[in-house]
Amino acid sequence: MSSLTMTVNGSEVSGDVEDRTLLVEFIREHLRLTGTHVGCDTSQCGACVVHVDGKAVKSCTMLAAQANGCDVTTIEGVANGDLHPMQTAFKENHGLQCGFCTPGMIMSAIDMVNRKGKDLDEATIRSELEGNICRCTGYHNIVKSIQDGASKM
Amino acid sequence: MYNTNYHRAESTDDAIAKLGASDDGKFVSGGQTLIPTMKQRLAAPSDLIDLCHIEAMKGITIDGNQITIGAATCHADVATSKELAAVCPAICDLASHIGDPHVRNMGTIGGSIANNDPAADYPSAMMALNAQIMTNKRTIDTDDFFTGMFDTALEEDEIITAVTFPAPAKAAYSKFPNPASRYAMAGVFVAKLKNGMARVGVTGAGSDGVFRHEGMEEALTSDWSADAIADASVDEGDMLSDLHGDAAYRANLVKVMAKRAVEKAG
Ligand SMILES: Cc1cc2nc3c(=O)[nH]c(=O)nc-3n(C[C@H](O)[C@H](O)[C@H](O)COP(=O)(O)OP(=O)(O)OC[C@H]3O[C@@H](n4cnc5c(N)ncnc54)[C@H](O)[C@@H]3O)c2cc1C
Ligand code: FES
Ligand code: FES
Repeated sequence: MSSLTMTVNGSEVSGDVEDRTLLVEFIREHLRLTGTHVGCDTSQCGACVVHVDGKAVKSCTMLAAQANGCDVTTIEGVANGDLHPMQTAFKENHGLQCGFCTPGMIMSAIDMVNRKGKDLDEATIRSELEGNICRCTGYHNIVKSIQDGASKM
Repeated sequence: MYNTNYHRAESTDDAIAKLGASDDGKFVSGGQTLIPTMKQRLAAPSDLIDLCHIEAMKGITIDGNQITIGAATCHADVATSKELAAVCPAICDLASHIGDPHVRNMGTIGGSIANNDPAADYPSAMMALNAQIMTNKRTIDTDDFFTGMFDTALEEDEIITAVTFPAPAKAAYSKFPNPASRYAMAGVFVAKLKNGMARVGVTGAGSDGVFRHEGMEEALTSDWSADAIADASVDEGDMLSDLHGDAAYRANLVKVMAKRAVEKAG
């Protein structure tokens, strides 16, 4: 067992968990922040993407103990009163159907803008989405949403 | 995942001591191979000793012609290093095509090389760049380091601390990724060293893991051009054969990737 303390969406949280606890399990089951999803067991789908110390990571492929002391942002933490511009862009551009992949898509999209800037072409967005799988949309509207959201961030 | 005990190491000595005190412990760096493997219950280390907080194992240094990359440096940092891009852009390009952005933020060069997955990208670059693998105990030439699929010269209690290699005159990597996993079905790293020798590292294709293609090396040493390797022979008998591609297909891919890499290197 480990006693963990980290900052999640701006608030300090702590908990005693087994060392095998994945960060996504800590977020969903201990903190009850269920916006972060689990879509696979092979580290490939990206539904679980959160930011740890400002970097996008797959929270299903990191132990909670590895994130001890870190600053974590989940999908619940991106809106500031109003929706985040990237969330609004997904809503306005029909960037989701079932919505299961959406939290990971949005966390990846925000990270993409942080690293690559607001002016993103289609090819860049598509290659940057390598680690995010959507089984519904066919990606076209996700790409459109990200382009739109990026320009408004 | 079976339960485990997680420890952070402060130094390589501390890591070795923690490994020694464990039942059946393992080092973890980025965890992008080990954690998925543990989730599948294909590995069940009693203890995990995290190397990623050892400052001395992080970062990129360039000293004249010699490039040294700390083992705990993540793929994203290699991909985006301007200093490295100025002297060996090929390795930045290679790192930028490993997996996806999230994997690149966590996975490390040391972890990739220690794991020696037959489809991993970095081992081909280490071979072609004639790198030396530095550990807490010794320095190992790349030709002695990779000893077969998922196998290396590392001892149980040996930690890769860095890799070091001279900046090449020219180099490039060309990879044919598996469309689903993004691992290489064939990846070829070509380098023309400053002493004139050409070296060719091949990953993803060999049935015994990463290998050097000596025929292509000779041809490229005397004539650095894609045409020079047009007639090179890649032995089908040495190739992996699986549902993604049979041996004949992979043998051809190796040649095609090698030619593309030479063209890319210019
Ligand atoms: C979805 C996905 C896609 C991927 N795609 C690619 C790809 O296209 N190309 C590619 O090359 N890789 C790919 N990878 C693998 C990725 O690059 C890993 O990061 C890398 O193989 C292992 O590095 P790590 O730091 O994560 O190691 P870990 O998973 O932490 O460790 C791997 C092994 O190495 C040992 N180890 C770690 N560090 C050291 C050290 N310093 N000294 C000695 N032993 C050590 C560990 O004990 C363990 O056995 C992918 C991974 C995922 C999840
Ligand atoms: S749940 Fe993390 S990658 Fe699929
Ligand atoms: S909207 Fe259903 S998985 Fe993407």
